[in-house]
Amino acid sequence: MAIRVFLIVLLFLSFTNLTYSLYEDQVGLMDWHQKYIGKVKHAVFHTQKTGRKRVLVSTEENVVASLDLRHGEIFWRHVLGTNDVIDGLDIALGKYVITLSSDGSILRAWNLPDGQMVWESSLPGSKASKSILHIPKNLKADKDDLILVYGKGSLNAVSGVDGEVLWKKDFAGESIEVSHIIQSSDVIYVAGFADSSKISVYGLNAKNGELLENNHAALPFGTFGELLAVSGDMFVVLDEMRSKIVIVHLKNGEISYNQKHISDLTKDLAGQPVILPSRLPGMFALNTNSYVLLIKVTNQGELVLVDKVNNGAAVSDSLSISEDEHAFAFVHYGDNKIHLSVKNVNDWNHDLLKESIVIDHQRGKIDKIFVNNYVRTDRSHGFRALMVMEDHSLLLVQQGEIVWSREDGLASVVDVTTSELPVQKEGVSVAKVEQNLFEWLKGHMLKLKGTLMIASPDDLAAIQALRLRSSEKSKMTRDHNGFRKLLIVLTRAGKVFALHTGDGRVVWSILLPSLRKSEACENPVGLHIYQWQVPHHHALDENPSVLVVGQCGPSLSTPAVLSFIDAYTGMELKSLSPAHTAAQVIPLPYTDSTEQRLHLIIDDKQHAYLYPRTPEAIDILKHEFSNVYWYSVDADNGVIRGHALKSNCIQEAVDEYCFDFRDLWSVVFPSESEKIIATMTRKSNEVVHTQAKVMTDYDVMYKYISKNLLFVANAAPKAAGEIGTVIPEEAWLVIYILDTVTGRILHRMTHHGCQGPVHAVFSENWVVYHYFNLRAHRYEMSVVEIYDQSRADNKDVWRFVLGKHNLTSPVSSYSRPEVIAKSQSYFFTHSVKAIEVTSTAKGITSKQLLIGTIGDQVLALDKRFLDPRRTVNPSQAEKEDGIIPLTDSLPIISQSYITHALKVEGLRGIVTVPAKLESTSLVFAYGVDLFFTQIAPSRTYDSLTEDFSYALLLLTIVALVAAIFVTWVLSERKDLQDKWR
Amino acid sequence: MDKGKGVMGSNARRWAVDFSDNSTSPSSRDVPDPPGFSRASIDQDDSTLSRQKKDAESNWKAQKAWEVAQAPFKNLLMMGFMMWMAGSTVHLFSIGITFSALWQPISALQSVGKIFEPYKDSRVELLGPKLLFIALNLGGLALGVWKLNALGLLPTHTSDWVSSLPPAQEVEYSGGGLNLS
Repeated sequence: MAIRVFLIVLLFLSFTNLTYSLYEDQVGLMDWHQKYIGKVKHAVFHTQKTGRKRVLVSTEENVVASLDLRHGEIFWRHVLGTNDVIDGLDIALGKYVITLSSDGSILRAWNLPDGQMVWESSLPGSKASKSILHIPKNLKADKDDLILVYGKGSLNAVSGVDGEVLWKKDFAGESIEVSHIIQSSDVIYVAGFADSSKISVYGLNAKNGELLENNHAALPFGTFGELLAVSGDMFVVLDEMRSKIVIVHLKNGEISYNQKHISDLTKDLAGQPVILPSRLPGMFALNTNSYVLLIKVTNQGELVLVDKVNNGAAVSDSLSISEDEHAFAFVHYGDNKIHLSVKNVNDWNHDLLKESIVIDHQRGKIDKIFVNNYVRTDRSHGFRALMVMEDHSLLLVQQGEIVWSREDGLASVVDVTTSELPVQKEGVSVAKVEQNLFEWLKGHMLKLKGTLMIASPDDLAAIQALRLRSSEKSKMTRDHNGFRKLLIVLTRAGKVFALHTGDGRVVWSILLPSLRKSEACENPVGLHIYQWQVPHHHALDENPSVLVVGQCGPSLSTPAVLSFIDAYTGMELKSLSPAHTAAQVIPLPYTDSTEQRLHLIIDDKQHAYLYPRTPEAIDILKHEFSNVYWYSVDADNGVIRGHALKSNCIQEAVDEYCFDFRDLWSVVFPSESEKIIATMTRKSNEVVHTQAKVMTDYDVMYKYISKNLLFVANAAPKAAGEIGTVIPEEAWLVIYILDTVTGRILHRMTHHGCQGPVHAVFSENWVVYHYFNLRAHRYEMSVVEIYDQSRADNKDVWRFVLGKHNLTSPVSSYSRPEVIAKSQSYFFTHSVKAIEVTSTAKGITSKQLLIGTIGDQVLALDKRFLDPRRTVNPSQAEKEDGIIPLTDSLPIISQSYITHALKVEGLRGIVTVPAKLESTSLVFAYGVDLFFTQIAPSRTYDSLTEDFSYALLLLTIVALVAAIFVTWVLSERKDLQDKWR
Repeated sequence: MDKGKGVMGSNARRWAVDFSDNSTSPSSRDVPDPPGFSRASIDQDDSTLSRQKKDAESNWKAQKAWEVAQAPFKNLLMMGFMMWMAGSTVHLFSIGITFSALWQPISALQSVGKIFEPYKDSRVELLGPKLLFIALNLGGLALGVWKLNALGLLPTHTSDWVSSLPPAQEVEYSGGGLNLS
């Protein structure tokens, strides 16, 4: 009864305001947005002119950006698509930023000051090849400044003014891997290898691309790695054994070479040497495992070892500081410091700069370094260095200090989990962030002024500032409403960050030692992050911890890496490098006595390994042995298999934490007509409030709520690719809802003329998915709701009054309940990057779908729009129940973008976390940018709004009490007078 | 109000003369009767007079009791009208009306004895009015309950009992999916 009243009140509230929206002054109160660019690949400084000094960068997240050199802020930024990888970046004509992307097929010019695109030209080609952007100085063809682009097997000369292709020379026919473009006056030389042992050089006329000369030289051995130019006519390359350095000399198109053993240069050679790709005039850097050798190439082609750097890190490209002086920077490590040296290429004994910098060791090693010079007031040269660190962060170092740093590792978030903050302990002072009473009162008086509209503009500004930097939201303790949490994110660099939900600051960060390159683990990658231990009983004296699962390489057959991190301090508690691999991680719904969650890690040989490795965990698992199942989706072969735990592994080494599986069932999809393109399950931590859905006539439908459901979307094999590659008759989409314990197919539906990509979200008893309808040329969204028919005969009220029903007793999937599914489809305007659904603490609040649109925004769409009960003309009762009349497309209400005016560039995922307050759900969207906000799908019915004026309430109460007192005194007096009359 | 109370209250008196003292025995009085005064004749007169008076009073009381007993009927009609006005959707007004419609009969039923206290008399039959009063109030209560049900606030449907039931626990647990990375 109370619930119905409550629901009806809710309904009224939701009727009054169908959309979630925000006032202008509420922006930034509960949400924060952080802009990143990702790991920098290329950097070009632009400091010549007076005015704003900037550095132009392109990154691995396909961002081209202009950064303020003073503060590291972004002047402008463009995020290119995920397939539009930037290969080259340079400045042309002093006013355009030129980027070459998509394997050398798209060349764009951006206006330097404001980032507007000036022109774009597409350079089609047939052969995939390396792409090179070369902007020669002072090379003109008919007054046009030339930009030389090699990509897709052809060399293009593009006009710098308007992007027009002036001439084109196709090298697709020749079997040459072009690696260098050299320009000498009016002749352009293109050099490269064919079959790693034959050097070819082509000379072209810069004016019209005419082939002038063509030389070949065959080396008597193969080569390793890339050709590196050390001067205009000299190249170095390693031979295939990596024991000799080959110096290739071009003289007027003639090719000559000589070679030298590395062992002649240095005695103690260990490991495999690699030539570093730093462009230094007359020099090159050779990296062996323990040293960096700086080797000078004389004009006669002789090699001279000039320096040997221990613990070498990175070498920059050279920088021309005056007519014929070139400087370059290199860094090496020593005594917890980083030593930066800038040297003149020609004058080795003299340091232009030598500095030591202390850099937080959580940033790891230096990956790349870019230098830039400036002229000091005393006309000497000063240098600044831009460093890209191992954790993908970006630092600017000048005069031995870090001027600014950017945590750009956060642009490549891999996985997210959350952790509660510490409980506020009695006696522990948090006075630093706690406001005193006076300030509290002052703030409320200001607010009161605002409410009574007597505040001056200054006061209004103060109120807004007070709201924005409310210390309440950024405290480091748990709050009553559960709004303050830690977002623990794993980035591609193997660094784990804890972000505070209040203001998005980094609370701690750790570059996981186990996810750093080592001999045992060549290319470690972090895969997932799980909640390992969430203490409830001992929340005061135990810290929660998270589990990071990674593997030593991109393939499944590389061993797993496990790391356990304290969620409060960011310390790595322990790390494991087990011998097995990690194909799947299954967090089990059981915890041990220390509240560590049991996890099964399944390797590629289908053994399951139990963690934590304690006897207690085995006891718990043994107890639930017959109830633990596992399914595997083999998308390549179109098979879904179900497995159950069998016994301990039969291996040579006895491992009681290892278990075998037996196969239970398999669902084989016909490979000629169906291909698995998407699967989706319910979130394991989702809370469902009720199992019944009340219809308008007080009838009850029982939801089929099971965690063991899997949504599978299969497309026709022909239609598995891009939209537009097939005709509607050849495309279909088949969706299945499977029970993963028994392998039973609960529902199957075919959408004819539709194809992927499919994005789906599964919650409670419904699944919503998004796909493309080829016939209607539009995107569609469908909803499927599953109801349990076997419970439908529980209709007698008296059975409920007396409690004689078995609706809450445990159920097994083997009871095979009869289910029915209801579904409906709607058109949807946007293509979608991600779909998520809000989650709340008790699951009472109505749900909203969070749709990451192609425009990198997040749209909140009420689930009521995706309700199979919608009809064209709903009855009065249905309308009262909140059923919206059926329309063919879903509305996009612009106020319901939860990202309001912001964009989460490169959106990849959305995570929702319930707050303790039932009405509110926390939303974290990540991509290149990070965005966090709180949303209340049914408005905040259970709390006062943030701008509620307590001072006004207090004032009203005081005034009322005073009035009561005064009237009481007056009435007493009058009474007395009456009596004396 | 206060003044009236002062007259009615008996505890506050210091002294009193009881003019209706009509006991015949002279011993009970300190003062002898004045000469020529015959107490017996007065007593005779008085008793006939008071009987008449008492009859009239009990008649009046019975009449009044019936009137009181019928009073809820008017109330009932008014309540019905109010309910009709309130409509069948749940909002503040209709909830207020319904709850007052429930509360009034209940409070009236609780105080049946008190309401008929003034008409209590050995010669007045109060059972009839009381029963009518109770019946009418029960009618009012029924009307209130009916209204409550009409508003959908009574748990008479399965849905009212089921919507608070949590979903059933599952015996099996299954995890997995596509391979990582």
